[in-house]
Amino acid sequence: MKKMMLGNEAVARGLYEAGVTVVSAYPGTPSTEITEYAAKYNDIYCEWAPNEKVATEVAFGASLAGARSACAMKHVGLNVAADPLFTLSYTGVNGGMVICVADDPGMHSSQNEQDSRHYAIAAKIPMLEPADAKEAKDFAKLAYELSEKYDTPVLLRMCTRIAHAQCAVELCDREARENKPYEKNPAKFIMSPANAIRRHPFVEERLKALAEYAETAEVNFVDEGKENAMGIITSGTSYQYVKEVFGDRYPVLKLGMVNPLPTEKIKSFAAGVKRVVVVEELDPVIENACKALGISADGKNILPITGEFSQRIIAKAFGMSDKDFVTLDEPVPVRPPVMCAGCPHRGLFYSLSKHKITVLGDIGCYTLGSAAPLSAIDSVLCMGASVSGVHGFSKAMGGKWDGKTVAVIGDSTFMHSGMTGLCNIAYNGSNATVIIVDNSITGMTGHQQNPTTGYNIKGDPATKIDLEALCHALGIERVRVCDPYNLEETEKAIMEELAVDAPSVIISRRPCALLKYVKHKAPVTVDKEACKSCKKCMKIGCPAVVQRDGKAAIDTTLCTGCGVCVQLCPFGAMKGED
Amino acid sequence: MKTLDVMIVGVGGQGSLLASKLLGKIMAEEGFEVKVSEVHGMSQRGGSVVTYVRCGERVYSPIIDKGEADFIVSFEKLEAARYVSCLKVGGTVVTNSQQIDPMPVITGAAVYPTDILDKLQTKGVKIDAIDALSLALEAGSSKAVNLVLMGRLSNYFDIPTEKWMAAIEATVAPKFVEMNKKAFALGRDCR
Repeated sequence: MKKMMLGNEAVARGLYEAGVTVVSAYPGTPSTEITEYAAKYNDIYCEWAPNEKVATEVAFGASLAGARSACAMKHVGLNVAADPLFTLSYTGVNGGMVICVADDPGMHSSQNEQDSRHYAIAAKIPMLEPADAKEAKDFAKLAYELSEKYDTPVLLRMCTRIAHAQCAVELCDREARENKPYEKNPAKFIMSPANAIRRHPFVEERLKALAEYAETAEVNFVDEGKENAMGIITSGTSYQYVKEVFGDRYPVLKLGMVNPLPTEKIKSFAAGVKRVVVVEELDPVIENACKALGISADGKNILPITGEFSQRIIAKAFGMSDKDFVTLDEPVPVRPPVMCAGCPHRGLFYSLSKHKITVLGDIGCYTLGSAAPLSAIDSVLCMGASVSGVHGFSKAMGGKWDGKTVAVIGDSTFMHSGMTGLCNIAYNGSNATVIIVDNSITGMTGHQQNPTTGYNIKGDPATKIDLEALCHALGIERVRVCDPYNLEETEKAIMEELAVDAPSVIISRRPCALLKYVKHKAPVTVDKEACKSCKKCMKIGCPAVVQRDGKAAIDTTLCTGCGVCVQLCPFGAMKGED
Repeated sequence: MKTLDVMIVGVGGQGSLLASKLLGKIMAEEGFEVKVSEVHGMSQRGGSVVTYVRCGERVYSPIIDKGEADFIVSFEKLEAARYVSCLKVGGTVVTNSQQIDPMPVITGAAVYPTDILDKLQTKGVKIDAIDALSLALEAGSSKAVNLVLMGRLSNYFDIPTEKWMAAIEATVAPKFVEMNKKAFALGRDCR
């Protein structure tokens, strides 16, 4: 039976068919649906972990116990999981273990476009890279065979255009499988120096064995071409663009295993063509390997190192002309993502913006507080960096900016990696103010539960971490809660906590307006006569508040009746439901 | 075998994912190899969104590039203008006539172009515009704009209504099936 499946859904199907029983992950676009789809199989235990390091270590523990296990994350999540990753390479596995990582070339939803293939090389771990959903399922299953045969965790590299593209996938049965027996094995699983010294040569030998396997692996194949004026070496989504442009004109070496590379196969392919071109998104990983083999390959000299590819980019790189197309003769205004109508973060960022507070921001929906007209954020680096950063900022400023600087971090991001930064604020004594924007869900990735929501991945009740108690326990005495729909209350909380000579936490608490259980009020109404066109209501950047004929107007299809705009109108022209 | 490339564009939250899923499903049933590509995450938050549905005997690239689409289905008319460069010469834009101001227009930093659809028409683009929002509201929800426009698009294919309705039943959550079928029918039958 065939089914149209997203690449991520196909990975989940692959895990199911391979007999995987434990999956742990932290959500991150474009990887999130791997775990969401895996959770639909009752035979797989699935969970949202607080972060990717935890998820990877959970998968390690499950592998140690003899199960087939997986963890999933986006490319920057692998940075968080890098610590277990590098030593997992040494321990190897008991039950097969696969680390699914999704890159985001073009940064549709990411803060950088790092190439995760470097991790496979650095950690000396094999990496498979599918080129569509069908391969995503097949490669996930192959990854477990390799993992157990070669005693190694395996990286499965996805990217946005594989993860979020659907094609028909053939469904197979689940492999009946018992856990491998668990036996204590200190020399393999205790990576103290004495043991690790003995494991490192094993890692090097394993890599050689995998390189030998790569030479004959079915996932590394040649599509024969009609002409040998050129031969193209490629992998993943780039393969699809190459085939779209050239069909079967030139031979193509398609690499399904991108670490280690099949050097003999590459050499013999290169020997059969007059010119070698490597087509790969992001960094010149395969190209550099070719050059190290003495093959003079073209690659990044004709193709971009930034952004994602398309058939047009490939065609242009080979000097082919554009297809005809038309455009509008005038500029089309950009339509950037915005905070939704009714978003609880809006009132908070309006208050911060109004008082010109310096804001160290973090990763989540609330990063959108940086956009005009709120323009309320000064920096966004990575998960948790707001809390750690505000401490460093305070120390560097000698405390002089403490009365006008805050960190803003979401509930899920705080659990991910904000806690340790808060611990540092208390322990190393800065006067920082941290605002936790608690919208009771992991929002940006599409509503995943987290340790503060009281529910697990299946939607069943779970232990709810008490944020107030947690902050107290981390050494912060001043912890208070405000409702960001109430501007007066929110401003009071901010200004009072900034004024005190002590570290403090404000929890700006209001559930995401898109949550199903959140009841919306009737849309706000505008009295056109009373509206004096002062445009004060436009300062909050709400997509539901627009101008029509010079007066404020409400888009009733969007308005949730949150009432933040009503509080801003000096003329009482806006009315909301009580 | 023919090929068919359709781009579905709109504003985050308008339901382009469901529309592309529906179209992909029905074209797969027609015997095409189908690829459907979408982007999740940041772009969903009221930003410009685009999904691609590609059908053929053998489809490689999951995306559609400049001058390639047979149809652009646009849930908002500015989005039709944004992506019109992806339309094949002689292609058709099926669009909602609704205007949704993007944030730079709301803040006054940019101007919403006037008479967009007329201007595109004078450039030789076939425009098929309907008031999909009114029809969606008639069907029961402003959120059904997507199905109204899929209904409108369906007129360009020789696929019987029953097949579309069965595909809607298989794609949409049970409690929304009737409303979506009504929206589809209103779009398909409107003049």
